[in-house]
Amino acid sequence: MTTTKILMATTALSMAAGLASAQEMANDMTLVSWGGAYQKSQVNAYADPYKEMNPEVNIVWDESSAEAVAKLRAMNEAGNVTWDLVDVTAASAIRLCDEGLAMEYDPEELLEPAPDGTSAEDDFGDLIVSDCFIPQIVYSTTFGYRTDMVGDTPPDDICDVFDLETYPGKRSLEKRPINNMEWALLCDGVPKDEVYDVLATDEGQEQALAKLGTIKDQVVWWSAGADTPQLLADGEIVMGSTYNGRLFSVIEEQDQPVAMLWDAQVFDLDGWIIPAGLAEERLARVKDFVRFATDTQRLADQAKWISYGPARASSAPLVGEHAELGIDMAPHMPTDPENAKNTFLYNYEFWADYRDDIDAKFQAWLAQ
Amino acid sequence: MTDTTQSGPMLAADGTPLKRSLARALRMQKIRALMLIAPLLLFVLLTFIFPILDMLFRSVENQIVSSTMPRTVAALQDWDSESGEGPGEEVYQSIYFDLFVAAEAKEHTKLGTRLNYEQTGVSSLFRTSGRRLDDIGEEFQDVIEDVAPALKDGATWYEIMNGTGGEAVAEAAKERFGRLTDERARGDLGYVPSADIAQMLPHTTDAYADFATFTTFEDGDSVAEEDPWEAVYAALALDLRDPDTRAAVAAYSGPGAEHLQAVAAAQEQLPDFTFKDALVDADKDWGNTETLRTIQMYAPNYTSGYFLNSVDLMKSPDGVQARPENQQIYITLFTRTLIMSLVITGSCILLGYPVAWILANLPMRTANMLMILVLLPFWTSLLVRTSAWKVMLQQQGVINDVLVWLGLVADDSRLVMINNQFGTIVAMTHILLPFMILPMYSVMQTIPPSYLRAAKSLGATNWTAFWRVYFPQSVPGIGAGSILVFILAIGYYITPEIVGGTKGVFISNRIAYHISSSLNWGLAAALGTILLVVVLILYWAYDKIVGIDNVKLG
Repeated sequence: MTTTKILMATTALSMAAGLASAQEMANDMTLVSWGGAYQKSQVNAYADPYKEMNPEVNIVWDESSAEAVAKLRAMNEAGNVTWDLVDVTAASAIRLCDEGLAMEYDPEELLEPAPDGTSAEDDFGDLIVSDCFIPQIVYSTTFGYRTDMVGDTPPDDICDVFDLETYPGKRSLEKRPINNMEWALLCDGVPKDEVYDVLATDEGQEQALAKLGTIKDQVVWWSAGADTPQLLADGEIVMGSTYNGRLFSVIEEQDQPVAMLWDAQVFDLDGWIIPAGLAEERLARVKDFVRFATDTQRLADQAKWISYGPARASSAPLVGEHAELGIDMAPHMPTDPENAKNTFLYNYEFWADYRDDIDAKFQAWLAQ
Repeated sequence: MTDTTQSGPMLAADGTPLKRSLARALRMQKIRALMLIAPLLLFVLLTFIFPILDMLFRSVENQIVSSTMPRTVAALQDWDSESGEGPGEEVYQSIYFDLFVAAEAKEHTKLGTRLNYEQTGVSSLFRTSGRRLDDIGEEFQDVIEDVAPALKDGATWYEIMNGTGGEAVAEAAKERFGRLTDERARGDLGYVPSADIAQMLPHTTDAYADFATFTTFEDGDSVAEEDPWEAVYAALALDLRDPDTRAAVAAYSGPGAEHLQAVAAAQEQLPDFTFKDALVDADKDWGNTETLRTIQMYAPNYTSGYFLNSVDLMKSPDGVQARPENQQIYITLFTRTLIMSLVITGSCILLGYPVAWILANLPMRTANMLMILVLLPFWTSLLVRTSAWKVMLQQQGVINDVLVWLGLVADDSRLVMINNQFGTIVAMTHILLPFMILPMYSVMQTIPPSYLRAAKSLGATNWTAFWRVYFPQSVPGIGAGSILVFILAIGYYITPEIVGGTKGVFISNRIAYHISSSLNWGLAAALGTILLVVVLILYWAYDKIVGIDNVKLG
């Protein structure tokens, strides 16, 4: 029965894709991702089902997403791009698109429409932040805290991070200005909708650094997403920022006394880019895979394995239970209404412009 | 007969002069020796020297500005940025046509990223205006196609523009294309600009030649069949703004003259906005002279900007200036890297010397056992060793736990031993220690123990015997170990990144950041070059003071 189903699905797919799938497709495909639980969710939700449908395909994973932009640039200069599909954050995708390293695509042509017929472009909506970016998930950078170190009044406001009196102890922040500067301004009385206007000025940047300066002695700066969960588990810090999926696994999978502080979480996107200049056969295979891997069901399936929100609006109602823990995943999604009362969206345009400038100031401030 | 042989050069057995014969034999030997090392030499050259030189070269390379905006760079040459006035309309026209071509090649955003390192905001300026260029051209295109419907068709355009005698224009366009895309434009363009048209409508011919080059070489299409870019219409409208040109068009009788005349006759209907207004409308930053000054300042093919930046200086219209204080970081990092590397080298000497001494003076069997203990960490992954230090040193870590358990430290005032300079020094000393012990050990092994005994039998105290007899002989080992450890330490990256916090990071961490995150490879290359030069200078100084001949690895 499953064979007929698969057969039907493939026929439907090839009919939908028309000529594209009729042409020769390469059988080897190198996918680049982040490793760890995230990559596992992709293997389970997209790659394994795809291989079941296309047993001739051989998928190789490369865990290089963290350095993807630099590596892709070097590969491109050497004239030998060995990657077929690369998982990057939206900011990196914009950068790769700017550099001409990623391929621009047409959502209507490449991506499957939603089951109810909504076009892919509308289904993904604003999340297609660049002409090269194929969104997969919405994740957020937010805080987790040790429940046993905060007394009877657990923090529920982002500004509690800056409150050393009520919540003494170390906190961890990412070693870069992005997010930290916004949180600092927000807690220094700047209204949410003016944050970026203020941050664009020298005085605003000074103000944000001054606010961060009030807790500088108590901050452990992290550069890898795994640092904060580890520090929390060791009891080194009382609270710290990291990606919400990492905190989920500390809380639910490792059962540590940690809880989430969703206030002022910063949404960011992660998705695929197709490197520019792929040979025709490889491109055909990648397109076929991407079409499958970003359809409504597949994106919803991914949420069974990791607590990141699917990028398609039509996937949200399909999010079910965690495949191994059996807990309902919806309340753990950053996009859940209960969690998303006060949120920020990473301002790609702003940071593309100000990143170099503010980072220079931030690093100089750190080194002082 | 015999006289001549004696006065002439000495001959070998085969009759050739002995000198030449010897030289040949030697040359053969040399070639054979060279052949033997050739694989290694080539390997080192190809995989090490060339890539490094190529990377270092990026620290001054700056062709991207002039190859992406050649006309703008030329037009900006005459502009005095100090005059307080913005540049003239001609500059904005050049910007428009340059950007249009660059946007077609998708190169404009690259330049935006490059210039954004120098001036915040240029990145999005180029990105947004790249999207708006078509709109500007379309305003002209709509009117032109209204008054001369035949100009909707690419074939008509080709008929008008194609001719003879304008090869120079086509060559210039090909060269621009080559510089912009890094691809040589090979083969037949399929279009020869008409000399008459080129003289009468220079902008149009330029824009059409650019369009033709791209159509042929980038897209692989035939020029005659493709509809020209919006920029070509804009260029035609620009050319026709000149009354002399309109008069020339009226008198022109070449192919398609009637279409051009129709457009010229309707010139009043064409939009009459300046390109400056159009660009400022697309993005207000074009009205900011600061932006144009940046383009002008970074126009040359080679720049000292990256090097200035890496020593906390910057270019400004008034010459080289110090960066604002809140952006100065590199000098601090360079000095910190040097000082901490020295401290690490020093602590390696202090800790390594006794160990090497014991190893050298124990019986072989025990020494070998101990040697394994020295080498054991060597065989463990660097990351594992560094992370292990994290477990040891952190506030809830092993050392603090023991101290608290012993009652030496109160539970609420645990020592901070990581994420600072102390953590970096401890972890790096541990990691680099074998590099110090091994050369010291092999040098100490060669010092005969009888020297010490002789010194003592002559009445020296233990200390004098050690200090005056033993130590001087072990200095070459210390020297070799110090050079190894210092040079390794100065370029260390992963350990400071993990345990260094904010005060314990090295310059290499910034280099890594610029290579992999900010993609400012020029700055990374400049920082790397400086680091390399510093090491070479220190090596030279070491050679002058201690003498490199005194260094022994065994």
